[in-house]
Amino acid sequence: MTRLVVPGSLRQFTDGESTIEFALDDGATLADLLEALSSAKPALGRRIRDEQGELRRYVNVYVDGEDARRTGGLAAPVPAAAEVLVLPSVAGG
Amino acid sequence: MADVLLAIGTAKGLFLARSTDRATWKLSQPHFLMNGVYAVAIDTRGDRPRLLASATSEHWGPSVFHSDDLGDTWAEPDEGAVTFPTDTDTSLGRVWQLVPSPSEPGVVWAGSEPQGLFRSDDGGEHFSFVRPLWDHPHRPEWGAGFGGAAIHTVLPHPDDPQRVLVAMSTGGVYRTEDAGATWMASNTGVKAYFFPDPWPEFGQCVHKVARDSQDPDRLFLQNHHGVYRSDDDGRTWDSIADNLPTDFGFAMLAHPSRAGVAYNFPITADGERIPPGHACRVFRTDDAGKSWTALGNGLPQQDYYGIVLRDAMCADDLDPAGIYFGTRNGEVFASPDEGEHWSLVAAHLPDVLSVRAAQVG
Repeated sequence: MTRLVVPGSLRQFTDGESTIEFALDDGATLADLLEALSSAKPALGRRIRDEQGELRRYVNVYVDGEDARRTGGLAAPVPAAAEVLVLPSVAGG
Repeated sequence: MADVLLAIGTAKGLFLARSTDRATWKLSQPHFLMNGVYAVAIDTRGDRPRLLASATSEHWGPSVFHSDDLGDTWAEPDEGAVTFPTDTDTSLGRVWQLVPSPSEPGVVWAGSEPQGLFRSDDGGEHFSFVRPLWDHPHRPEWGAGFGGAAIHTVLPHPDDPQRVLVAMSTGGVYRTEDAGATWMASNTGVKAYFFPDPWPEFGQCVHKVARDSQDPDRLFLQNHHGVYRSDDDGRTWDSIADNLPTDFGFAMLAHPSRAGVAYNFPITADGERIPPGHACRVFRTDDAGKSWTALGNGLPQQDYYGIVLRDAMCADDLDPAGIYFGTRNGEVFASPDEGEHWSLVAAHLPDVLSVRAAQVG
């Protein structure tokens, strides 16, 4: 199972749970994972991606510790047993 | 005794203030902490007041929430209340304006960044995209003022649902007379000093427009330098800045029930964005802009540097009207007597972006 780790500031959308598990097909990408997330929890999904399906500017996603923006963005591979971390980037004033 | 709610949208959350005498206020803890609340509305048309709030997280994006219990609980559709259609290849930055229609029950208008107009027929829960304005041939030439490329003003006509006016900076004023099917630029007489041709058909940096409460064809406009009035529903504009201390500012507010009465908060200049004379003063006209009266009783009159942004001034619906404004210094002031006397509602808040007030009990 792929484990999506949800930051504390978004756990209002997961009933307080810190992780959500998904069964992804072999060869799945980050886009597949986030599409599955949006189907299961749309209010959470659109806080990570905008309505055009793009990662929000100040949201970072790490797949097994690698910044997904450096490994293909939404096309980044997500192995079946991956841990995917969603983190707010440094932003704001 | 009237129970007045003052909703205060700030750069870091929404505060709700309540008062029964408009002199003493009880301030809530922040709602939507760390969200910029650019627009708020108090919809008093139904059986119970509904609050609408545009809340944007720098990280997690924009939302429009509604509350039917005066802010105890908030809700939004899972899919979001305001979104751009997929084929626009555009995503919502934030909603800058939420306006219940005065002529159509259940209708709420939203203006967004980038320059989108949306209409809700269910009281602000779900919005549909007004495509003809987005498809306007001028849109590729609309610019982004420093605040963002946004429709920040939406003025539905009080009697005729076919007629709606919007304004943006930069882009100027546009009007429809067929319920949004077609739109026309409506900036004749409004100057754009920052262009080689200072009198273009469109492209003006309009900061705010307000509609007279008694004459719907009369409008007041605060421009990026320039203060104007229209007596023909925005077709043409004439300067009313001569008797103001400056012609720069952001806010423009029409009195909720008196004809020809409007409020303005002058700022020294584009290049000096502090109040003239370093004094906190609201200016009111009682004669549709021929003359203006400084209103500073109870406001800081020395060494003051706060300014009022475009949606940070409002009126309530009582008689006499209460007038309210918030500043980038995080202060909110209230007047229970149409601006004659002011008192502090709150201080040390984040930058105040939007205020709205209404009797809720």
